[in-house]
Amino acid sequence: MSYLIQQTLIYAIPLMIVALAGVFAERSGIINLALEGIMIFGAFIGVLFVHVCQKYGVFELLPGAANWGSMQLFEILGMIMAGLLGSAFALLLGFAAINLKADQTISGTALNMLAPAIVLFFVRIIANQEELRLYKGDAAEWFMIKKGMLGLGEKDGFIVNTFLNKVYIATYLCIIIFVVCSIILYKTRFGLRLRSCGENPQAADSLGINVVKMRYSGIIFSGFLAGMGGFVYALTTSNCMSNGDVAGFGFLALAVMIFGNWKPLNIALAALLFGLFKCLAAGYSSIDINGDGIKLLFELSKHPTWGKVLNPNFYRMLPYLISLLVLAFTSKKSRAPKAEGIPYDKGQR
Amino acid sequence: MKMRRFLNKDGTRSVLATLISILIGLFAGALIILIVGLADSKLGLDEAWKGIRLLFLGLFSKGQQAGSLIFGFNSTNIGDMLFRAVPIIMTGLSVSLAYKTGLFNIGASGQYLAGTTATLFIALKMNTAVIPPWIVWILAFLGGILAGAFWGAIPGMLKAFLNINEVLACIMTNWLAANIVTWMFEGSGLQCTEGTKTQVIWKTTHNGVATAKMGLDKLFPDSQQVDGGIIVAILIAILIYILLTKTTLGFELKACGSNRHAAKYAGIKDKRSIVLSMAIAGALAGAGASLYWLSGSTEFHWQTYLSLPGEGFRGIAVALLGACNPIANIFTGMFLSTLDVVGSKLSFYTGYNEYITDVIIAAIVYLSAFSLVIKTWLSKKFKAAEIKKIPDVLITSENAGNDAPPVPKNKGKEGNEK
Repeated sequence: MSYLIQQTLIYAIPLMIVALAGVFAERSGIINLALEGIMIFGAFIGVLFVHVCQKYGVFELLPGAANWGSMQLFEILGMIMAGLLGSAFALLLGFAAINLKADQTISGTALNMLAPAIVLFFVRIIANQEELRLYKGDAAEWFMIKKGMLGLGEKDGFIVNTFLNKVYIATYLCIIIFVVCSIILYKTRFGLRLRSCGENPQAADSLGINVVKMRYSGIIFSGFLAGMGGFVYALTTSNCMSNGDVAGFGFLALAVMIFGNWKPLNIALAALLFGLFKCLAAGYSSIDINGDGIKLLFELSKHPTWGKVLNPNFYRMLPYLISLLVLAFTSKKSRAPKAEGIPYDKGQR
Repeated sequence: MKMRRFLNKDGTRSVLATLISILIGLFAGALIILIVGLADSKLGLDEAWKGIRLLFLGLFSKGQQAGSLIFGFNSTNIGDMLFRAVPIIMTGLSVSLAYKTGLFNIGASGQYLAGTTATLFIALKMNTAVIPPWIVWILAFLGGILAGAFWGAIPGMLKAFLNINEVLACIMTNWLAANIVTWMFEGSGLQCTEGTKTQVIWKTTHNGVATAKMGLDKLFPDSQQVDGGIIVAILIAILIYILLTKTTLGFELKACGSNRHAAKYAGIKDKRSIVLSMAIAGALAGAGASLYWLSGSTEFHWQTYLSLPGEGFRGIAVALLGACNPIANIFTGMFLSTLDVVGSKLSFYTGYNEYITDVIIAAIVYLSAFSLVIKTWLSKKFKAAEIKKIPDVLITSENAGNDAPPVPKNKGKEGNEK
């Protein structure tokens, strides 16, 4: 059970934070189809940061020589780097969409093509293979928090085993950031202004709000969150490895955003649901739901008749199938920001 | 003057905007090569210069002798280029047709995979000892088209009846296809058991099915890959052009794309049109897959669930670069496949790798997104030139002292003289 919860969180958190990135862009009036590309780019930057730090022995220079606490600091620094460069990358979309009034879907798609290409180009040159890994060791060894580090023993019960053993600080940090950003978007003056630009930019402009500035802030926030989400994804699910691919997570995040109706709380719930299905796909063979030692889903996949359907392929396509079904049922009720995707034209009424 | 009228045409401006995008994209690529070459001690300036020359002239590279590159006509390269152009011309047509009818078909990858699966199953499972191979070829081709059409119709129906954004529906159906394809091939018994390659499906030549060469192997004798697929692709592109510009159906589809409600008011069945557009788009992508795999010269890696085939996204680049004009797609498709060949030359002869060409393609797509800006800039340029010219015309006519002939006529005459 604690394995199930941990794995679900690992998949749900990047989805959640990237979906929120989508909300920031769309609430300001720009369709950010480039989430996938920004994630890929952010993942690469974060991994590269850690890789370079390891290569030049930066970790060893620290007082206390790379104990687990200072490693957490580096993890956070990696997240910030990924976020900042993600913002810079997203500015390409902002420039095309805001200044040049280009088609946002196309520019987003272009960025989605650009990110893997540029990442793979540099990965090949840096690592001479198709993927960039850590310089030495793996993510679990360097960054994972284990209960022994916190001075907790074997018999500390369910909560400790689930939430404090074999976890990454990034997961919890992302939850905090998610809450803070939601508050910024919904409870502050800045958030209100940003949202107004996604609903009726002409009206917002008439009240003295600088639409261009607001849309740029939306894009910068969006890029930061998506880039960071990309690194968190690479760190927690693929062992801090960058290969120019995040397996469609950015697009899933878009689905989560629409399913969550552009509202943070719904998005968090939707992300947990999708995380659960992703977790089933990744770890169906080692999930023990009720703790009796029988891995039900694994047994089912070996069953002569049930196994024909309930096999790894089925679990892998489940998130996409569910999201299509969910979209089919919720699309009539969903309410997208009114002005999203429309370039702001001052003269228009 | 004729020149000016030619330049004022919308089509000319589109072509110019595209060419400008391509040039900027190529120079951006060259710049990256140069910077990386200077920054990386392993590469250096010599390697960068080699890379830049290959970037522009890679299609005519004939290999290297004593460390220096030789350029000239190379029939292997051109044949391979034509072969690789086939699937992306087709996915490009798919995206173009959808775009002309107001839909963004990002699902060409999934439709391509659907076409691949149907084609390979038919081409490899049928007994060619009983049925003649050319009938199997036709059946496999039709199967690919139908499978693609079916897979394209799904997002079309979701859009028409449930109002789900087709972009999102296409993305989901892409990944669904990627998983289903893996699932279907897993237990199909079609895996190649020969040689060292694992995780690939037999080439269709294993069953004796292959596209006819149609004389192209005589034209490009060294290319192993070129076949009649390119001719079929060009014919289909012309057909799609006729469909879109000369038929009622094409008009209905386009009308529905520009304003769904107005089209409905005019008596066009809007829902049917949307589904039909997506189905035709899917059929085109599926046909592209069929032509590619039926050539019998490449193997299919069947474990696709982790990444989608690049042809679908290349198709977007082909379409946008050609301003979604089916005829233009033939040329942009060939241009992108030229870049493909360039990429393989780059990774073969220099320390760079083929991904630089993907960077260039993405940059070009990014630039083509604001081709509108380039177009307005161009038209402003032309207008400025015109304003300067007109007083000239007026002055000459006044000097002549005749009863001022109408200016437009004069303009025409002058144009003819020039």
